[in-house]
Amino acid sequence: MTIGDWLTEAANWVFLFLAVPTFVASLMVVSSKNVVRAVLYLVIALGGSAALFLMLGSEFVGWTIVLVYIGAVIILFLIGIMITRAPLTKSVDLSHPISARAPAALLSVLLFGVMAWAVVQSFGLETIPFPDEATSTGEIGVSIFTLWVVPFEVMSFVLLAALIGGIALARRDEAPAERQP
Amino acid sequence: MTIIQWILLGSAMFSVGLYGVLTRRNAVLVLASVEIMLSAVNINLVAFDTYLADPAFTGQIFALFVIALAAAEVGIGIAIVLMIFRNRHSADVDELDLMRY
Repeated sequence: MTIGDWLTEAANWVFLFLAVPTFVASLMVVSSKNVVRAVLYLVIALGGSAALFLMLGSEFVGWTIVLVYIGAVIILFLIGIMITRAPLTKSVDLSHPISARAPAALLSVLLFGVMAWAVVQSFGLETIPFPDEATSTGEIGVSIFTLWVVPFEVMSFVLLAALIGGIALARRDEAPAERQP
Repeated sequence: MTIIQWILLGSAMFSVGLYGVLTRRNAVLVLASVEIMLSAVNINLVAFDTYLADPAFTGQIFALFVIALAAAEVGIGIAIVLMIFRNRHSADVDELDLMRY
């Protein structure tokens, strides 16, 4: 298969249309000089990945991304920015100087090269079959509550522990003298 | 659709997230870069789930677990950043060098 054959398939154009903004937005998250914009680019990156999941026929994961990440996690990030009084305009302190960024960039490119080489060696040009069903949400629910029910319960325990831990970490300890009897 | 286009996108986003974790100084933006890495792993999981056509949907269910863990991680992470800011009046990870040799 040549690049021309790849481009004649309409699904690949949809993929490019979604994947390029997702990747560029994730680049902006790590390089933007404005802290609020960096977090708002994260919305585009995560929304693009949710759209890619819809394209793969896994719409439950896609909409969960929209609800959990774009709905809740982004708000947490914005609250974190405001509470830590980060400078809301352009700032050079958000990243390390260029002398420290260059080795990090080299390391990232090398990591991508190794992973890309391994993937291309292993899979070549094997294709993904299009999912034949319109929705798989019902089967996912059955699978979660039969095969994966123990990990599901462990996950609920982790969420409870995170809830309690978050409150315990973030609450301000009152001095004993101020406490009313 | 080939499988490698999805895995290459996931690898590229993972590398970008690694770059962000290594270069960002603001602790909140380090957490945002970790989110990009987790999102790249999700793309990987869901793409392989569709590729293998697993009847138990293991890839998608693990992606859901990753999402839940990421939400818990951000909650705890922001709480820790908040506490550090309260004690040190800064969210700069370079200033957290008390345990440095």
